[in-house]
Amino acid sequence: MRPKLQLLDSATVERVIAEAFQLLQSPGIKVGSAGALDLLKAAGAKVNDSISQIPRSLAEDALASVPRRFYLYDGTGNAAVAYGGDAVHFDPGSSCLNILDPRTQKPRPALSADLIRMVQVAETLPQFAAQSTAMVCNDVPSTMGDWYRLLLVLWYSNKPVVTGAFSTATLQTMLELLTLASGGSDNLRRKPRAVFDVCPSPPLNWSDFASENLIQLARSGVPAEIVSMPLAGATAPVTLAGSIVQHAAECLGGITIHQLACPGAPIVWGGAPAILDMSTGNTPMGSIETTMLNLGCAEVGKSLGLPTHGYMVASDSRFLDAQAGLESGGSTLLGALTGINMISGAGMLDFLACHSVEKLIFDAEAIGYAQRLIAGIDPRGESLAVDTFTQVGLGGEFLKLKETRVLFHREQHFPSAVIDRATDVAQLGIDSRLKTRVAELLANYQPAEMAPAIREQLLAFAIQRAYAVGLSELPGVAEMMAGCQ
Amino acid sequence: MQSQTIAAMRQSVIDGTAEIAADLAKTAIQDGTPPLEIIDTGYVPAMEFVGEQFAQHKIFLPDMLACAEAMKAAMNVLEPELKRQGTERAAAGTVVLGTTKGDIHEIGKALVGTLLTAHGYRVYDLGVDVSAEQFANKVREYRPDVVGVSALLTTTMRGQKTVIENLVLEGLRDQVKVIVGGAPVTRQWAEEIGADGYGKDAVAAVALVQKLLQREAVAK
Repeated sequence: MRPKLQLLDSATVERVIAEAFQLLQSPGIKVGSAGALDLLKAAGAKVNDSISQIPRSLAEDALASVPRRFYLYDGTGNAAVAYGGDAVHFDPGSSCLNILDPRTQKPRPALSADLIRMVQVAETLPQFAAQSTAMVCNDVPSTMGDWYRLLLVLWYSNKPVVTGAFSTATLQTMLELLTLASGGSDNLRRKPRAVFDVCPSPPLNWSDFASENLIQLARSGVPAEIVSMPLAGATAPVTLAGSIVQHAAECLGGITIHQLACPGAPIVWGGAPAILDMSTGNTPMGSIETTMLNLGCAEVGKSLGLPTHGYMVASDSRFLDAQAGLESGGSTLLGALTGINMISGAGMLDFLACHSVEKLIFDAEAIGYAQRLIAGIDPRGESLAVDTFTQVGLGGEFLKLKETRVLFHREQHFPSAVIDRATDVAQLGIDSRLKTRVAELLANYQPAEMAPAIREQLLAFAIQRAYAVGLSELPGVAEMMAGCQ
Repeated sequence: MQSQTIAAMRQSVIDGTAEIAADLAKTAIQDGTPPLEIIDTGYVPAMEFVGEQFAQHKIFLPDMLACAEAMKAAMNVLEPELKRQGTERAAAGTVVLGTTKGDIHEIGKALVGTLLTAHGYRVYDLGVDVSAEQFANKVREYRPDVVGVSALLTTTMRGQKTVIENLVLEGLRDQVKVIVGGAPVTRQWAEEIGADGYGKDAVAAVALVQKLLQREAVAK
C-alpha cells in the first residue's frame, strides 16, 4: 500500500475551489498583457482596465482541456519525468544568486563554474529526476543570466530541466536553445525537455511578463509550471486556508489564460507559497506552515486531477546543520507522502538566498528515505512470516535464507556513506564525509550524450548572443570546447 | 587447473551457489587435481575477493553468507579427500569464538566463524552465553592462537573484560591473542580492557586475525 498524507478533507477542498472561483469573478484578477486580456475578453470575461473578471464556466472549460498527464524527456528522448497522478520527482532549487563556498563556508556570488559543478553532481544522483537552472551565474551580464544557465545545464546534463525566463525576450532565446538541443521545434513539442516556471505576483496579479510567458509557452508546446507564491499575512490572507484559496485562484486564472492561448497545452499546478514570520519579517521556507501550505495547495490541484509542483526541501539555516536536516528532511518526507509530481528546492539554504552542492548531496539522502517510505510496506507474498518460520523453525537463521538474500534489496534502502552508519568513512565528521562524496560523484560524472553537430550549434548560438551584449569570453566555454572534441 | 575451471569455481563462490561449488570440487578431484591446489587456486582467492567486496559495501551480509556457504560446501568435498591422501592442509591458525556470559546474540560471531573457516582457520565456536571459565577451559583444551569474544549489548560487553582478566588469573593470557567485537565495541574499549585487537565487522575480524598471527610468526 502506498502511504498517503491528506491535510485537507474533501469538504475543505471543495470550499477552497468554490472560493477561488468566486475570487476570479470578484475582485477578478489583474492581467498585464494586452494579448492575454484580448484572449479573456474574446472568451467572455469582463475586462475593465487591466482587471479581468473570469466567469466560473470559462475557468472550468480551461480546466477541462488541461492534460492530466504529460512527460518531460531526457536528452536521449526517454520519458524521464511523469507529471500527473501520484508520481513524485525532485529537482534542485532554482535561480539562486549565491553559493555556499565549500572552502570558506561563507556565501559568495555564484559563478558559472559553481553551476557546472552542481549540474555534474545532480547528474550522478538518481534521486534527482530533473536538473534545474539552479544558479544565476554572476560572471555573465544579467541580461543573459537566464538563458546562459540553461545553456550550461543542457551542455552538461542529459536530464530534463526545470527552468524559467527572466523576461519575455529571453524566453524566446531559451526556447531557441531548447529547439537547437532537441533538433527542431517539432521534436521539442513532441518530447519537451524542459518545463518553465511562471510566477504570478501575489495577490491575484498576472503581470505583463508572466501572462505573456504563459501565452508563448502554450503556443510553443513547452510545458508551463505555475509558481504561485502567496505570502501568508503579507501578500495573502494570514490563514493557511485563505492563502491556499488565493493560490488556487492565481492558478485557475493562469490556466485560463494559458488554455485560451492553446487548449490542451501542458501546464502544472504549482507554487512556492510561504508564511511571513511575524517575529522577524522573514519568509521561512523551512517552517512547518510553509510546508503545510505547499501540501494543501498541491492537494487542491490533485483534487482537480492536475499535475502538481511544490517548493520544499529547502532550509532557512545558513549552514548544513541540524536545523537544515530537520527542515529539509521533514518537508521531503511530507511532500513525497502527498504525491507531489515535482518538488523543487533541494540544496537551498538561508531563505532561498544560498545554494550548496554539499546540501544537495545531503538532501539526496532525505529523498532516498522518502522514496523508500512511499514504496510502503509490501507483503511480498501470500504468507507474511509463517512460510519463513516453516523454513527456519526456532533456529533463527534468517540471514542464511535464500529469501533474505533475494528480498533484502527491496526491503532496505542503502544510503551513501554520507549517512553515519558506523562505516570507516562515517568516523569522519559530516563535512569530511560530504567532501569525500562530492569528489566521488564528480569522478563518476559522465558527460551528456549529445551529437557533436548540436553542440557546435549551441556554442555558435551562445557566442553570437554573448558578443551581442558585449561579452568577449564565455565563462565555462573552455571546458565546453574541450567537451566538444 | 585450467583457467576456465578456476573461473567457474570463483564464480560459484561469488554467486553463492553451494551445489555448483561442490560439484566443481568433485569434478576437479575426479580429474586428479590435488585438493590443496583446488582450494588454494580455486576457492580461497574467491573468498578473499568477496571479503573485499563486502568491505567496500559492494555486496551485503546475506550475499557474503551465501558465498561462505558455497565455500563451505566445496570444503566439505575437499577436506575428506585431503585426509584420504594424507596431505591434510595445515590450518592457518586456530580460533576459539564465543559470545559473552548473559548475551545470546549469535549472528555476528557466527559470521566471523564462517569467514575464518572459509579463510582456512580451524574454528571452535563455543556458542552464546559463554562464561569466562568456559573460555579459559577451551583455551587450555584447544591451545588456540586467538580467542574472539563477542558482545552485542553494552551490559554484556563488560564480560569481555572478565574473560581477559580470567585468562590472566589462570596464567593463560600470554599464550593467546584476544580479540573483541560486537556492535557497541570500539577500538578505545578494546585498548582499555587490554585486548589485542578489535574488528568493526566480520571482514575486519578476519584481517585482524591474519595480521595478529603474521606478527606473532615474525616475533617467533
